[in-house]
Amino acid sequence: MSVTKTIDARDTFCPGPLMELISYMKHASVGDVVELLSTDSGSAADIPEWVKKVGHEMVGTEQVDGVWHLKVRKAK
Amino acid sequence: MRILVVGGGTAGTIIANNLARRLGPETRAGKVRLTLLSASDRHMYQPGLLYVAFGQMAPDQLYRDEASLLEPNIDFHVDPVKQFVLDKNQVRTESGKVHEYDILVIATGSRMVPDETPGLTEGAEFFYTEASAVKMYQKLREFQGGRVAVAVGVPHKCPIAPVEVMFALNDFFKARGIRDKVQLKYYYPIGRIHTIENVAKWAKPEFDKIGVEYETLFNIREVDAKNKILKSEEGTEVEYDLLIVIPQHRGMEVIERDNMGQGGWIPTDRYKLTMNGHDNVYVVGDTTNLPVSKTGSAAHFQAEVVAENIASIVKIGSPVRDYDGKVYCFIEAGHDKATYAMFNYLNPPDLKPPSKPMHWFKLSYNQMYWTSVRGLL
Repeated sequence: MSVTKTIDARDTFCPGPLMELISYMKHASVGDVVELLSTDSGSAADIPEWVKKVGHEMVGTEQVDGVWHLKVRKAK
Repeated sequence: MRILVVGGGTAGTIIANNLARRLGPETRAGKVRLTLLSASDRHMYQPGLLYVAFGQMAPDQLYRDEASLLEPNIDFHVDPVKQFVLDKNQVRTESGKVHEYDILVIATGSRMVPDETPGLTEGAEFFYTEASAVKMYQKLREFQGGRVAVAVGVPHKCPIAPVEVMFALNDFFKARGIRDKVQLKYYYPIGRIHTIENVAKWAKPEFDKIGVEYETLFNIREVDAKNKILKSEEGTEVEYDLLIVIPQHRGMEVIERDNMGQGGWIPTDRYKLTMNGHDNVYVVGDTTNLPVSKTGSAAHFQAEVVAENIASIVKIGSPVRDYDGKVYCFIEAGHDKATYAMFNYLNPPDLKPPSKPMHWFKLSYNQMYWTSVRGLL
């Protein structure tokens, strides 16, 4: 699975990782996979919650050296 | 050395003035030429639009002539950019002129794009332009009661505005004596009521206290203006009597047209503030793609770093500072009180209880801004 775009949202409090993801998804194509990098401890919970609610797809969640790598496929 | 600043908003004006002062001897000696291009001959204090929307400032109080704000050694032209030709170090303008540069600063800002959401322009009120803020005030004045829905597009300028609007609405309808006839509803894109965790923690009990109801994970999909229904990407629908929206924003068209950044946001180094792949091009304010608030405050602090670095390049051949992500936002909290959020890349804001002196400071800053853009504050 190749990542279409990486969003570096490490060390940011505003607008924050989920806002960055929502913003990017507006311009992405269906099938694109975005990898979001986040140091926000809440990202591992709130990003999958939004992805599920809106109808996209989580395709990867892992933490490496304190950084969350969250991969999301645009599904609609 | 030819330094070209594109954009006469907060960041561009501060950088031009700051450089003009730092490089006075060099410009007088003809060693440095400092040029500023702007799309307008007027400069707007954009945070004042919120006050216009609530009848607390007149539109003409928001403007100054841009030329009156500038140091005399700045070569200022009202001439919007038509094309960036970065591989030739050139900028072409609408009037047909070609400006060549050794160092370029791009500070073209952002614009609201409500037309990208079906039904939004017809169904919602905004306060991000003079005309929309005046119209919103008229709608608020005519409103006799019912459900006021406030929703938030992504990305947007001034991330504090959504919570400030709720406090202002509460005060406004209380002053009109109809607060008991108005339901205030707040819809926010992520899973808490503000993107900054400490702001959300502070605002939640404040909303509860003044009777603001809220729904989170709500992203605007479309508006059925005829039937007054707001629909979300997440599949929910909301009826409203008056809809106020913090609209989605984009960067300027020329940025997208020249393939310099998706959405009009230019990929930028978060510390150096240079455009990725172009060490002689600086990007500041709303124009960057940085994960930083799109506010005048961020633009101000970035501008100071960029101006100091460009002046240092002229004087000693290298930059001297990194941008640390600093932002300072006032938060109008209603009841003539205010607080603030100050943070950077590594340190979250620590909100203090709202106070009247902080509100007076904000009102003072509405005037002090003109000192700020002159590069004096």
